[in-house]
Amino acid sequence: MTPKEPKKGDTLPPLTIPVTRTLVIAGALASRDYQDVHHDPEAARAKGAPDIFMNILTTNGLVGRYLTDHFGPDAVLRKVAIRLGVPSHPGDELVLNGTVGSVDGETVVVDVVGTNRLGRHVTGTVTLDLPGGGA
Amino acid sequence: MSDLHQLLKLYEGRPAAVAGRGPDPVNRPMIRHWCEALGDTGPAYRGADAVAPATMLQVWTMPGLGGPAARSVALAEVFALLDGAGFTAVVATDCEQEYLRPLRPGDEITFDSVIESVSPRKTTRLGSGHFLTRRTEIRANGELAGIQRFRILKYAPAPPASRPAERPQPVVNRDNAGFWEGVAAHRLLIQQCDDCAERRFPWLPGCGACGSPRWTAVDASGAGTVHAYVVVHHPPAPGFDAPYAVVLVELAEGVRMISNLTGVGPGAVRIGMPVELEFQRVGEGRELPVFRPRGADA
Repeated sequence: MTPKEPKKGDTLPPLTIPVTRTLVIAGALASRDYQDVHHDPEAARAKGAPDIFMNILTTNGLVGRYLTDHFGPDAVLRKVAIRLGVPSHPGDELVLNGTVGSVDGETVVVDVVGTNRLGRHVTGTVTLDLPGGGA
Repeated sequence: MSDLHQLLKLYEGRPAAVAGRGPDPVNRPMIRHWCEALGDTGPAYRGADAVAPATMLQVWTMPGLGGPAARSVALAEVFALLDGAGFTAVVATDCEQEYLRPLRPGDEITFDSVIESVSPRKTTRLGSGHFLTRRTEIRANGELAGIQRFRILKYAPAPPASRPAERPQPVVNRDNAGFWEGVAAHRLLIQQCDDCAERRFPWLPGCGACGSPRWTAVDASGAGTVHAYVVVHHPPAPGFDAPYAVVLVELAEGVRMISNLTGVGPGAVRIGMPVELEFQRVGEGRELPVFRPRGADA
């Protein structure tokens, strides 16, 4: 259900994303990011990582998807600001959680945290317009 | 301020990319591939009025595999300075995107980017380095469509944290596979010759006494005594914490077997000590048959 009038402090249902090897690689290629650490396990290990890891563009896209999935097709992303923490590797489960930080007319700001088994993978703030849906 | 940082500061405000051009206009196949990869089923990205997912903003500027990076002389110099100082590795840390208007199939993408800031040297979990922030304006058909601030860390990789080494794993082959199947089922199997009834261990294809290749696996009771031992202090071996006892156990069935002794410190091992079998898993490897003094608490 899409809440018609989000309020400050509302929590969004979490979105759980299995971080498969396929997702890491498909996300890297769909974002035209050919850095070897996102598709070549040997190269990733040579650079000190235990395995390939998700690129920032995929994380960014998943954060955007989390909110547009929740608020529906009329929601328009205005701003997505993310900071990466621990990496997401194949086999991880990324759980995105969101809390409404503020509501101003049609504009909603949501604080997002994505965690995996290592800790916080992403923290961010997303600003959306909800035409006709705001308070 | 370090000399290097002083030098790097001079590049703040200088262009990072000038008159960059997206290799492809905004297009439906790339939108579809993105949505497939990310599992985004949003209806706004399909059909006649499709728009691109807003978070694809940077995708349209990516040079791709072997494509010419729209990197300015100034940015190349900053990278060369950092590489030269040992900050050779790179990781993206922050991305802020502001979307001014949706991108639609057919939009031609151009962009300009500026080196906004270079941080003093910071020490991070990955290693020490400098944060480099670029601000990019992305235009669609000449109209400002989005602004991105993108931060990377150029760092000197810290030496890999010393992880507890994995213990070497036994080599399993056709001659000894039956033994390891037994261990997996918590059985200690030895071989007995079908012709002369001689028992043997470790597993071998033929009898050492009569040469017969015919044999039967039989269960050992797991009881035995320490026939001989050494306590290893040096050299260090991966996966073993010295000092530790390596024991040669004489099983009740008459064969001898090299193993480890658990349950007591290595100083307590004595020749003739009665021991009994147990199975121990070390790390993520397979279980191993080891021995502990008989009667010692598990």
